[in-house]
Amino acid sequence: METLVSIRGLTVDFDLGHRVVRVLHGVDLTIGRGQAVGLVGESGSGKSVTWLAALGLLGPRAHVGGSVTLGGEPLLGVPVRRLEAVRGRRIAMIFQDPASALNPVHRIGRQLGEALRLHRGLEGQAARAEARRLLDRVGIADAGRRLDDYPHQLSGGMNQRVMIAMALAGEPDMLVADEPTTALDATIQAQILDLLRELRRDGGMSMVLISHDLGVVAENSDRIAVMYAGRIVEEAPTADLFANPRHPYTSGLLAALPDLEGPRRRLVAIPGTVPDPAHLPPGCAFAPRCPQAIDACIRAVPPLEHVGSDHRAACIRVQTAVAA
Amino acid sequence: MTDTPIVPPADRPLLQVRDLARAFHVRRAGGFFGRPATLHAVDGVSFDLRRGRTLGIVGESGCGKTTTARLVLGVLTPTGGRVEFEGEAVPAPGTAAWRALRRRMQMVYQDPLGALDRRIPVGQQVMEPLAIHGIGARAEWRSRALELLDAVGLGATFFARYPHELSGGQRQRIVLARALILEPSLLVCDEPISALDVSIQAQVINLLLDLQARFDLGFLFISHDLKVVRQICHEVAVMYLGRIVEQGDPDQLLVEPAHPYTQALVSAIPIAAAARRRPRLILKGDPPNPVDRPAGCSFHPRCPAATARCLVDIPALKPLPDGRLVACHVAHGEAGARPRAAA
Repeated sequence: METLVSIRGLTVDFDLGHRVVRVLHGVDLTIGRGQAVGLVGESGSGKSVTWLAALGLLGPRAHVGGSVTLGGEPLLGVPVRRLEAVRGRRIAMIFQDPASALNPVHRIGRQLGEALRLHRGLEGQAARAEARRLLDRVGIADAGRRLDDYPHQLSGGMNQRVMIAMALAGEPDMLVADEPTTALDATIQAQILDLLRELRRDGGMSMVLISHDLGVVAENSDRIAVMYAGRIVEEAPTADLFANPRHPYTSGLLAALPDLEGPRRRLVAIPGTVPDPAHLPPGCAFAPRCPQAIDACIRAVPPLEHVGSDHRAACIRVQTAVAA
Repeated sequence: MTDTPIVPPADRPLLQVRDLARAFHVRRAGGFFGRPATLHAVDGVSFDLRRGRTLGIVGESGCGKTTTARLVLGVLTPTGGRVEFEGEAVPAPGTAAWRALRRRMQMVYQDPLGALDRRIPVGQQVMEPLAIHGIGARAEWRSRALELLDAVGLGATFFARYPHELSGGQRQRIVLARALILEPSLLVCDEPISALDVSIQAQVINLLLDLQARFDLGFLFISHDLKVVRQICHEVAVMYLGRIVEQGDPDQLLVEPAHPYTQALVSAIPIAAAARRRPRLILKGDPPNPVDRPAGCSFHPRCPAATARCLVDIPALKPLPDGRLVACHVAHGEAGARPRAAA
């Protein structure tokens, strides 16, 4: 598969003034053209920061290291003008809360028109016609009239559709969807995920789906990367990851989910809490919560290595078991 | 739940809710100049809850689940129906009788940080209800608070800490300790775990089950997550636009949902294991504005099975042969009957 985006050794340090905290510790991730990659992890695991850093959206207090390339061309450290030709145009991003991402005082049509002018140079009637087509494309009924609505006149699900329409305005190669359905009700979540699947199937667009919900990611990704404390700890094709999780954190997450059928069992909870990025434990950051941890786990950070043909895990216990 | 046992008076339900209703007078869009309208947030809700049992209330935003909780606690006054707690009607909010009763019914919210005071050590906050209600001697408060911290799995070292020093899961444990220090018999939990990280949710679910067994608590458990509801609830009620549309055993509802809305909710659950996925039923549109509740069955505009009768007749919540309650003409096989209005 042709590589669209390649992230190598991505690090992010936040400058808090009195000290510097590293929140991303060298992330490697490859997104193929047309591929859907899911990024799962808890709050603070670095799943959103990875993409905000890659797109230069973190602001001056964040120091970003490593490399990010799009179609072979570097994205990190390039002038803002070059980056602006990529952001929204070739890589678009949608967020959890659509209402706060839209401008409350401008009509939907005007906001879509702005995106179309910036990314495709469309103006006037051409822009309005295209905006209408986009709203239609994302399943908003009566698109022509909705162009004159303000965001507060639309429901949460409709606003997320508008955000998706804006993301599509630049005809991007890749869409980064950061918890796109977390703020939505269950039946609306199903609608939006269905729409994203349909758009990907029709347009051959790549997608990165960031979520804390294993079910959402499982149903909408070809590959999954599991993040913990600023690192990818496991990465595999979706079916393989769920059938055969190798990292104890991944297996722990799966065991902690309630079942929908079969006898009720007591949930196997992961003990402890997610570590504070400023005070990570030595060695493997998951070791203090890991039922399989041994002394060697706290001596060094385990590298992300192959534990199967297309399956990587950052756990020395799994790696020694595979090598033996 | 299929048969109705004869209930001795001593074994009466902890909570009895009958035809509970609450309407709000609102203005339609247009601010001050909007036309006045009535919003039926809760409309004819009935259920029983026993000690040591959990009733789950599920539904989407605006379905009335949180209003139901507030009515049960007496924070809101109902505009219709009644709530009996431990055999007595819940008195008007603010009265001495209500305050005395509120000791026995406590609430846990979604956001533990918002429920705690950031400037006070958490141990002080756990014992504060004892001071407010003037229970026991001051000297006993601290030891009682430490007992409760222990019961929720936090050691005495947490007593002097501040909320910002704790993780989300630990804060929710503090909130639980504070709710339980007054020895309530009913705990109303409004989305108590949805703000927590995935790896922490299971800890709190297990803790809730342990606390229920230990203190014989009745839980009214409000949630949008059917997986969690199945794990924790003995019975579940699905609400849509202020009414219960289906109520029964969680497994019954999840395996064979009878109401088309429950069917859509169940099919919308994302499932990690590919082999267990079921065909998805995607509903059209959004839930209607509760101010403009559709006539007849309020679900009919989004319902794939709606018939002519559903547009005019409000379906009654009544039992199916398997014992669960459903409010749907189609599920009861009565949709074919021509509505009288059309005859």
